[in-house]
Amino acid sequence: VPNNPKSDMKLYCLSGHPTLPCNVLKFKSTTIMLDCGLDMTSTLNFLPLPLVQSPRLSNLPGWSLKDGSVFLDKELKECSGHVFVDSVPEFCLPETELIDLSTVDVILISNYHCMMALPYITEHTGFTGTVYATEPTVQIGRLLMEELVNFIERVPKAQSASLWKNKDVQRLLPSPLKDAVEVTTWRRCYTMQEVNSALSKIQLVGYSQKIELFGAVQVTPLSSGYALGSSNWIIQSHYEKVSYVSGSSLLTTHPQPMDQASLKNSDVLLLTGLTQIPTANPDGMVGEFCSNLALTVRNGGNVLVPCYPSGVIYDLLECLYQYIDSAGLSSIPFYFISPVANSSLEFSQIFAEWLCHNKQSKVYLPEPPFPHAELIQTNKLKHYPSIHGDFSNDFRQPCVVFTGHPSLRCGDVVHFMELWGKSSLNTVIFTEPDFSYLEALAPYQPLAMKCVYCPIDTRLNFIQVSKLLKEVQPLHVVCPEQYTQPPPAQSHRMDLMIDCQPPAMSYRRAEVLALPFKRRYEKIEIMPELADSLVPMEIKPGISLATVSAVLHTKDNKHILQPPPRPTQPTSSKKRKRVSEDVPDCKVLKPLLSGSIPVEQFVQTLEKHGFSDIKVEDTAKGHIVLLQEAETLIQLEEDSTHIICDNDETLRVRLRDLVLKFLQKF
Amino acid sequence: PRCTFWTLVPAADGHQEWDSNSRLARSRGVAFSYLAVGGKDRRTSVLIMDPECSRLLPALCAVLADPRQPVADDTCLEKLLDWFKTVTETESSLQLLQDHPCLVELLSHVLKPQDVSPRVLSFALRLAGAFAAQEDCFQYLQQGDLLLGLFGEAGALGWSAWSIPSVRSGWIQGLCALAHHPSALHFLADSGAVDTVFSLQGDPSLFVASAASQLLVYILALSMQGRDAGSPIPEVAAWPVCAQKIVSHVQESLHSTAAPQVTQALNVLTTTFGRCRSPWMEVLWGQLSPLVASLLKRDPIPAAHSLVDLLLSVARSPVLSSAACGPWEILAQTLHRLSPTQAGPLALGTLKLQRCPQELRTQAFGILLQPLACILKATAQAPGPPGLLDGTAGGSMTVDTLLSSKSACVGLLCQTLAHLEELQTLPQCPSPWPQEPLLDAAVIILRLCDGSADPSSSGAGRLCGTLAGCIRVQRAALDFLGTLSQGMSPQESMLQVFAILLKNLESPESSPTVLKKAFQATLRWLQSSVKTSGCSDLSPDALLFLGELFPVLQKRLCSPCWEVRDSALEFLTHLSQHWGGQADFREELQSSEVPMLACQLLQDPESYVRASAVAATGQLFSRGLQATPTSSENLQAQQGLLMDLMYILSTDSEGFPRRAVLQVFTQWLRDGHADVARDTEWFVTTVLQAVSRDLDWEVRVQGLELVQVFLTQTLGRFRPRCPYAVTLPEATSPTPHPEFLRTLCRLPLFEFVFRALFDCDRPVAQKACDLLLFLRDETAPSSGPQETRDGPNSASVEVALQRWQEGEQGQPLGDLEPEAMLALLRSLDLEGLQGKLAKSSDHIEKSPQSLLQDMLATVGMLEENEADCY
Repeated sequence: VPNNPKSDMKLYCLSGHPTLPCNVLKFKSTTIMLDCGLDMTSTLNFLPLPLVQSPRLSNLPGWSLKDGSVFLDKELKECSGHVFVDSVPEFCLPETELIDLSTVDVILISNYHCMMALPYITEHTGFTGTVYATEPTVQIGRLLMEELVNFIERVPKAQSASLWKNKDVQRLLPSPLKDAVEVTTWRRCYTMQEVNSALSKIQLVGYSQKIELFGAVQVTPLSSGYALGSSNWIIQSHYEKVSYVSGSSLLTTHPQPMDQASLKNSDVLLLTGLTQIPTANPDGMVGEFCSNLALTVRNGGNVLVPCYPSGVIYDLLECLYQYIDSAGLSSIPFYFISPVANSSLEFSQIFAEWLCHNKQSKVYLPEPPFPHAELIQTNKLKHYPSIHGDFSNDFRQPCVVFTGHPSLRCGDVVHFMELWGKSSLNTVIFTEPDFSYLEALAPYQPLAMKCVYCPIDTRLNFIQVSKLLKEVQPLHVVCPEQYTQPPPAQSHRMDLMIDCQPPAMSYRRAEVLALPFKRRYEKIEIMPELADSLVPMEIKPGISLATVSAVLHTKDNKHILQPPPRPTQPTSSKKRKRVSEDVPDCKVLKPLLSGSIPVEQFVQTLEKHGFSDIKVEDTAKGHIVLLQEAETLIQLEEDSTHIICDNDETLRVRLRDLVLKFLQKF
Repeated sequence: PRCTFWTLVPAADGHQEWDSNSRLARSRGVAFSYLAVGGKDRRTSVLIMDPECSRLLPALCAVLADPRQPVADDTCLEKLLDWFKTVTETESSLQLLQDHPCLVELLSHVLKPQDVSPRVLSFALRLAGAFAAQEDCFQYLQQGDLLLGLFGEAGALGWSAWSIPSVRSGWIQGLCALAHHPSALHFLADSGAVDTVFSLQGDPSLFVASAASQLLVYILALSMQGRDAGSPIPEVAAWPVCAQKIVSHVQESLHSTAAPQVTQALNVLTTTFGRCRSPWMEVLWGQLSPLVASLLKRDPIPAAHSLVDLLLSVARSPVLSSAACGPWEILAQTLHRLSPTQAGPLALGTLKLQRCPQELRTQAFGILLQPLACILKATAQAPGPPGLLDGTAGGSMTVDTLLSSKSACVGLLCQTLAHLEELQTLPQCPSPWPQEPLLDAAVIILRLCDGSADPSSSGAGRLCGTLAGCIRVQRAALDFLGTLSQGMSPQESMLQVFAILLKNLESPESSPTVLKKAFQATLRWLQSSVKTSGCSDLSPDALLFLGELFPVLQKRLCSPCWEVRDSALEFLTHLSQHWGGQADFREELQSSEVPMLACQLLQDPESYVRASAVAATGQLFSRGLQATPTSSENLQAQQGLLMDLMYILSTDSEGFPRRAVLQVFTQWLRDGHADVARDTEWFVTTVLQAVSRDLDWEVRVQGLELVQVFLTQTLGRFRPRCPYAVTLPEATSPTPHPEFLRTLCRLPLFEFVFRALFDCDRPVAQKACDLLLFLRDETAPSSGPQETRDGPNSASVEVALQRWQEGEQGQPLGDLEPEAMLALLRSLDLEGLQGKLAKSSDHIEKSPQSLLQDMLATVGMLEENEADCY
C-alpha cells in the first residue's frame, strides 16, 4: 500500500566527532539513538591530574590577561607558553537541545568506545527506553568507564573552574581555549553509581539477532571486525533498510571478521568511524612501534605507551610476544597498569565466540586465544591496578609500561611522564589515535624524553570504504562532513575522501537531515478467510486483480485487513460480487474499468455508428475527439475519459457505451 | 641416498651478493652448474647402439606396442627419443632400422592406433620423424607407405586420439623433424599436411599452435632452399607451390578481421624473418609490408604485440633493414599509432637497433619519455623543466592512459621506468641523455607514491590518489633512480635525491621490498657522489646524508620484519666495505649504535639475518669498526667476536650463518687480520675441528678454501721471495721447508683434507683433490711412486685411508710424520681421482642400457607403484 510520503526519515546529528558519533534516527514511529560517543578531547585543555604530588605542576604560574588583570589566575595556569584550566577535566557531551532525548525509544551501541556518554544520556534526560549492545561491548565498556571514573575520582580536586567559560572572558583567552566550542555544556565525569545505573538499562544482544521494535522496525547487530563485540546495525522495515556502519575493520586482528554481505541492498548507509589516520598503515606502525621500543630499551631507556585498557593493546602484546625474543628483549619487564588491567586481560580470553576464527579454534585445543596469557605466566608481562602497592616493589628498569589515560591528563601515565620526561633515554610511544600527541604533551614541556607517534587505527580507510561501497551498493550514503573532503592538512589528497555516486550526504553537529528517500509502501496482512473470498481476474497476462472490501485494523504498527462484519441475511448473487454485496452500508459498486482507448479505432467505431465530421486534436495529456455536428467533446486522457455534451443524455449514454467497449470491466 | 648433493657445486664465490634475489641467485647458480655437468657428461658417455642395447630393443618395442603394459611416465619416452636422436646424428638411420626391424614393427603397429596409448603414439610420430630426417631412410619408410599412414590424411588425423593435444603435438614435431630434404617437401605437398598445419595454428593448445607456426616457417624455408645463389629472386607468384600456398595463407590471415588469425600470420612472419637471412625474404617483405601497414588503419589495431615483434624482427634483419622497402616508415607510423603502453616496447626495441635512422630514434625516445614528461607537466609548479622532455609532453593518449585507471597508470609507469633503466646501461643509449628532467621525474613519482607531492593541477591530484602507496611503482622508480646515479647530476639534484631516499628509508609505510630497493639506490648514489667529488672521499652532501642515515639504519636493524633487518645488514656490509677506511664515515658510524645492534643480530632467530649479521660484523671487525668504542675493552671485544663466530660455526643449526662465518674467517686469514695472525695455528685448528663435523657440504668446501689460503700463506712464509729480487726463480723444484711440513703435520689439516677427499659430496672431494695436487706439486713434485712406502707410519695411514674410502669414517688417521705425509701424497693417484671426480656420479646410471633396462623393469610393477619417479 503506498504510504503517506510525509513520513520521511530524519537524522538528528548530536556529535560532530566522526569517530565518536551520536545520532538520532526517526524512522517510522520509532526514535533510535545510534551510539553515544563522548568527545574527550576537551580534557586536553586541562592540567594533568598527578597521582603523586608534582611540585612542577602545583607551582605553575597563574595566567594573567594582557592588561595585567589576574582574576583568572586561580583557574588558568601557564605552562611553557600554553594555558591550561586547573580543575577537574570536563568532557564535551553530545548535543542535548536538538531533540527531546526523553523521546528516544532505544539506543544502539556499536562498540565500547562509542558508549562513553551513556550515563549522561540515560541518567539526566528522562530517557526511559532500552539500550542494546553485545556482551563484550558492555563488559569492556564498563571497564573503560570504571577506569575513567577511577582515574578522576582518586585525585580529588576541589576546584571547579567556571569563570573562564563566560563568553566575554573566553574571547580574551589564547588559543585553543578561545576556540573551544560549547564550553558551558562541558560536564565533569559521571560517578560509578551513574555508570551502574546506565549499564543496567542495557539489554544484551548477539550478532545477527533480530530485535523487533514496536512492530515497526527490526534492528540487527552485525559483526564489524573492529573490536571485541563491535557491531554495525541494520534497521529495517518491510520495505526500507538503513545500515549503520560505525567503527569497522577489514584487517585480520583479534575480533570476528566484518560481516559485509548483510549490508547489501540498503536504501541508506550511514557511515561513521573510519580511520582517523588514513595515511598510516597499521602494519607499518606496528613495525615502527617495535623498532622504537627495542632501540630505547637496548639503550637502557624506558618505554611508556599511553593506551586504553582494551583494544589495540591486545594486538600490541601479541606482536611483542613474537618480537621480544628475536629482538633479544626477553629479560625486559612489561608492565600493564590500570585499575581494570586484570579484568581486561581475563575478559579478552573468555569472549571466544566474539574472536576471529584463528583464535576461536585455539579454545578447543584448549589454549588461551591470546598469547598474553603466556607472557603473564612467564612473568614477562605483569599487571597492576595502580603504581601504588605491589608495583613499587617489583618495579625494575629499563622497562615498558602500558598505562592510561591516552590523553595524558589523568591516570598513572601522568606519573610516568613526570618521572621519565627528563631523560632523553626514555621514549613515549603514542599508539592511540584519539588525541593529538602534540597537544597531549603540551603541559609536560619542556620534555627531554623522545616521542614517537605510531597511531594504530585499524578502522576502514578510504580505499577499503570505496571497495565496501562497490560491494554493498547502497542507494545513498550519509556521513560526517569530514569525510566528504580531503583532510585539511592534505588538501590535495583527493583519494582521502569518500567518493561515491550519488555523492554522499554530509552532516555536522547539531544538524537535522531529512534522509533522501521516501517511504512508499507499507505491508498489510490479509486475514485468511478474507483472502479466501477473493477471486482474482487476469487482466493482462501475469497480472490479476481482485477487488476487496474489508476493515483495516491497525495496531502496534501492524496493519491487518479483516473481513467486514457480516450482515444477518446474506443475499445470494453472482459469486464474484458477493464480497461487495455483503457490506450492507456499501454503495453498490460499479465495475472497475481498465485498459486504454486506441484513438484511431475509436474514431472508426464512431463513424460506423453514424457520427460524421469527427476531428481529433492532440493535447498534452491525450486526445480530444470533437464531434462538431453534435457539439460534443470526448476527452481521452491517460487516467480519465470525459464526455462533454449539452444535456443530451441519450447521446452521452451512446457514447459512453462505445467508450466502454474498449475497456475491460471486472 | 648417500650422494644427495653430488651434482651440486658451490657458487663461484661465496661472498654475499648485492642482489635483490641473492638467495635465489645462489640457488640458480647451483641449478645451472647441475645442467652444465649433466650436459657435458651426456656427450661424453657412450651413446652409440651397443650390442647390449640392440639386445634389449625388441623387448622394449614389444612393451611399447602392448597396450596392457602402459609406460610409467613421459620422461623415459623423452629420454628414449633423445637417445635415438643422438644415435641418428652419428649413425645412419637406415642402417639402424634395417638392423632393428622391431623399430619398423613398432611404427607399423602404431598405424592401428586403437591398440596404442596416446603417449606411445606421440612418441612414435616423433620417432618416425627423427628417422625420416635422413633422405634414404625417408625413402625406406615411404616404401611401406608408413609415413603416409602416420602423417597423411588417412593417418593421425582420423584417429580418435587426435583429440589429445600431445598426439597433435607429436604429429607436428614429427613433421618438423622430417622436413629436411626435398623429398620431404614433396611429401608434405602431396599428403595435404600443410592444410592441416594451417588449421592447427588456431589449436586450443598453445604448444600445438605455436609448433604449427614453427612448422610453416620450416616448410617455407625448405621450399625456398637453394634459390639464393646467383640468380635474382623472382616474384612470389613464381615461387614453388608450397611456398606460394603458405604466403597466400599468411596474406589471407592478414586480411582477416579476427585478431587471432592476424596474430598467427604475424607470428609466422616474425619467426621467418628472425630465422633466415636469405634474399628471398626481401621479396616476401616487399609483398607483405603494405598489408602489414594496412593493419595500422584499423581501430583498434589488431594483435599489436605481435605487430611490434614483427617490426622489430624486420628491423633487426640485415637483409631487410637495408632493403629498398625498409621498415623505417612503417615503424614510424606504428610508433605514432600505437597506444603508449603498446608503443613502449617498440620504442625500446627501436632504440636498441644497431642501425636506425636518427629521426626514428628521436621519435622512439620521445615516446619512451612521454609518460614521465606528462608526470612532470602535471606536477610542475614552475613552468616546465628545460631539456629534451619539452617536446614530448602533451601526448593526450599518454595522459589519458595515466589518468584512466590505477592499473593502466601503474602499468605504463613501471614499463617506462624499466625501459629507460635498461636503455641507460646500453651503448645505444641516446645522447644527450636528459639526466636532470629524468631525475626530477623519478623523484616526483616517488613523492606521488609517498603522498608528499604537492600537486597544483587536478590531474596531479588524481595521480596522487592513484599512486599513493603503490609499491610496484615505488620499486620501479627506486630502481630507475639507482641507475640514474651513473649520470652526472648537479648538486641540487643530488640533495633532492638524498632527501627522497632518506624519506623512503625512514618511512614506516615503506614495505620491505621497497626498502631493499631504497638501500640499493642509496648505495649507488653514495658511490656516484664519490665519483663526482673527484677523490675517494665522500662529498660533504653525502656525509650530511650519512649523519641522518645511521639513525634510520638503527631503527631498521630493530625492525620486527626479518627481511628488513636482513637488508639493513647487507646494506651495512656494503657501506663499510666501500667507506670503512674513511675517517668521516668511521666517525659517523662509531658514534651510532649500528655496530652494537649488528652484533646483537648475531643471535637473531632468523638464520638469514644471522648470516647477514655475521658478514656485517666480520666486515666491521676487519675494518676496526666493531662495537664497544672504549679502547681498554677493545681487545676483549675483538676476541669476543672471534669467539662468537666460532660459537656460531660450531653450534648454529642452519647452514647459512655457518657458511657466512667461514667466509669471514677466510677473508680474515687472507687479510692477515691481527687476531687471526696472533695464533694462526690455533685458529686453523679450531676452525677445522668445527668444520670437519659439519653436515653442510658448502661449509666443508669453504673449510678447504680456508686451508688453501693457509697453505699458500705458510708456504710463502717459508719460501721468502723478494718480489723485487733480480735473481730468477730456481729452475728445479724446491725441496719443501722442513718446518713447513712439520707445521702441516702438527695441525689436523691432513686428516681434514683426506677425509674430504672421500667425502660423499663430490664438490668437496674435488676441492680436496685439487688441494692435495697443489700440495704435492709444491712438496714432492718430481718423485715417482716407487720411492714411497718407506715412511715410519705410512702403512697405518694407508689402512685408514682405505677404510675411509670404503665408507668407514670412524677410524682416526693418527699422528703423521712429514715423511709419511710426503710418501702418501706421492703414492695416491690424485690425477686419476681427479678424472673420476670430474665425471658425474650417475654416468653409469645415465647410459642408454640403464634407461632401457629401467623401462623394462618398471613395466611390470606399475600397479603397485604409481608414483614411481624415474
